[in-house]
Amino acid sequence: MGWKTLDRRTAKHDTEAGPVLNEAVRDKIRSFFPRYETKRAVLLPALHVVQDALGHVSYQAMAEIAEVLEIPPSAVLDTLTFYTHFWDHDKGKKVAVVCRSLSCQLMGADSVLDACKNELGIDEHGTTEDGSFSLVTEECLAACDHAPCMLINEKMHKCVKPEQVGKLLKDAKNAEIEPERSDLFDGPTASATPAPSQKNNGDEAVADNGDDDVLGKTSDVDEMRDS
Amino acid sequence: MAKFEPVLSKNFGKADAHKLSVYKKGGGYATAEKVIKEMTPDDIVERVKESGLRGRGGAGFPCGVKWTFLPADRETTYLCVNADESEPGTFCNRFLMENDPHQLLEGILIAGRATRTTVAYIYMRVEFHEQFHILQKALDEAYDAGLFGKNIFGTDFSMECYIHRGAGAYVCGEETGLIESLEGKRGWPRIKPPFPAIEGAFSKPTVVNNVETLCCLPHIFERGVEWFQSLGTDNSKGPKLYTVSGPVKRPGCYEAPLGITCRELIFGDDFGQGMRDGLGVKGCIPGGLSVGVLTEEELDCVLDFDDVRKYGLLGLGTAGAIVIPDNADIRQVLMNVARFYSHESCGQCTQCREGTNWAYKIASRIARGAGRISDLDLMVDITTNMGMMPGLSICGLPDGAAFPMRTIVQKFRAEFEEHIRQQPPGAVEETLRKTNAAIYELPILGRV
Repeated sequence: MGWKTLDRRTAKHDTEAGPVLNEAVRDKIRSFFPRYETKRAVLLPALHVVQDALGHVSYQAMAEIAEVLEIPPSAVLDTLTFYTHFWDHDKGKKVAVVCRSLSCQLMGADSVLDACKNELGIDEHGTTEDGSFSLVTEECLAACDHAPCMLINEKMHKCVKPEQVGKLLKDAKNAEIEPERSDLFDGPTASATPAPSQKNNGDEAVADNGDDDVLGKTSDVDEMRDS
Repeated sequence: MAKFEPVLSKNFGKADAHKLSVYKKGGGYATAEKVIKEMTPDDIVERVKESGLRGRGGAGFPCGVKWTFLPADRETTYLCVNADESEPGTFCNRFLMENDPHQLLEGILIAGRATRTTVAYIYMRVEFHEQFHILQKALDEAYDAGLFGKNIFGTDFSMECYIHRGAGAYVCGEETGLIESLEGKRGWPRIKPPFPAIEGAFSKPTVVNNVETLCCLPHIFERGVEWFQSLGTDNSKGPKLYTVSGPVKRPGCYEAPLGITCRELIFGDDFGQGMRDGLGVKGCIPGGLSVGVLTEEELDCVLDFDDVRKYGLLGLGTAGAIVIPDNADIRQVLMNVARFYSHESCGQCTQCREGTNWAYKIASRIARGAGRISDLDLMVDITTNMGMMPGLSICGLPDGAAFPMRTIVQKFRAEFEEHIRQQPPGAVEETLRKTNAAIYELPILGRV
């Protein structure tokens, strides 16, 4: 990920558009407080919850998480940028993660990745135009016995052959997992998430800066969403 | 020798093994109950010390000794369970958590009692989605049955247990990196001392143990120290989950007493059963990526905590073998290894951040067919000058990076040299021009 900077003087947070985190999400974050000695320790669970609820963690969301946890917003950004799991811009509905570590590479992960790129028409870290898929690579997914392997959202697909990739990515049930799910780190249930228009505004608060090229990526995503 | 009876993996593959009722039917939690009701914490620590159980997370530090470093007058103690298994080639913890989560929880209870833990955190890497759901359900069941919380088994011992999900960072498997991440910060390892036993999570005494180490505990107390001592070699006692991956016929996770050879693990009938498709073995990384590589002639290396060092390896690591077949291009292997560490270096120590990145650049240049013989020496030079062993770094990650890269270059040097000799003349300059065109357009630097 390249460097992205926000200019404090020009980036305006449109507070009139309202917060991106609703009370339900905030309550869910607060429910982790008794588990840890400090509020900052709730940051990772909070980021998981917010990413699940909103799809990604926007700058506005980071500022609001900071407000709930009573820490500086820079601390949230600091932590978030260290971890590869969190997205600060919009991602696809499903994320395909292809393992690229040694066991998988020896068993043909490169051709699986190429098949994914061809099938989806995107490069690594890209998102399809309809916003249905994002493609990333990860280091070892700890399923070397089933190499080459890939994740689609939470589902681990084992011993993937390049010729199966097309069918696999089209399968509507390719992200369903067998074990009973625990909703501990999920966002609050669908009804409680904010209306789409409100969510959009929240993002624009950061991205609505015609002359601010550094935010190009976020603006692209917004255009994509509007179209 | 009597046939070895697997204990850690005894419930693997059984139907509904993750359910509390099934685990209890097999005698589960009886040991923890006995230990918590009848033994004092100090007795438990003493017993584990006697058994000679060494940490299974890679460093092989004696588990009981680690517990004795905790200050005696502490009020709060945290137990962090290291389930951030992200070492390439290693997946035994995944097997333990998805097949037998209650075995781990029972181990946590015993370790918690021994260390007088108040809160246990299971730090689980985020890529373990299915395993998280299985373990969380098991934990919920255990809570409902009163196995965690206040006054466990009617004694005055109380302990909470939570799962904390990571977010995709290899360095969070380092114990202080894990603690930082638990506190909601970047997973940057801390400078030691103070060691976590004195000042760990939230500045309180903290113990960090690996999943497999904790899973050994119920069996030590159920079967006795003598049984545990009867398994393994001189300084490496007990059963171990070995994993083998790569193009072998039967990749997977197999339990054996410590001290099988690498050749057995690849070719043994109970283990890998030999290579697929008539392939031969070029080499084998025997203990997770970080330990280094063995050549085909060195496969008789005994996989315990001591013998591996005779072959120039870092240690046993996690005993996760990756077999490199003879048709693999060693340059690609080196590039993959270098890429992993340059991606996962946390960036705190300059010589690790820069060293792993330069190693990756050099390795990918060699892989693209633009290597120089001097690159091989440079690679060895970089890898001997960035780790904890020359005393330069905060954590052991650069050592873990140095060993595989250095051993691959040293042990397969002839092959690298052969590849480099076969490059067309001028390949190096041409590649440099292509990758760094801007420099060559400059008026002075352009003259090669």
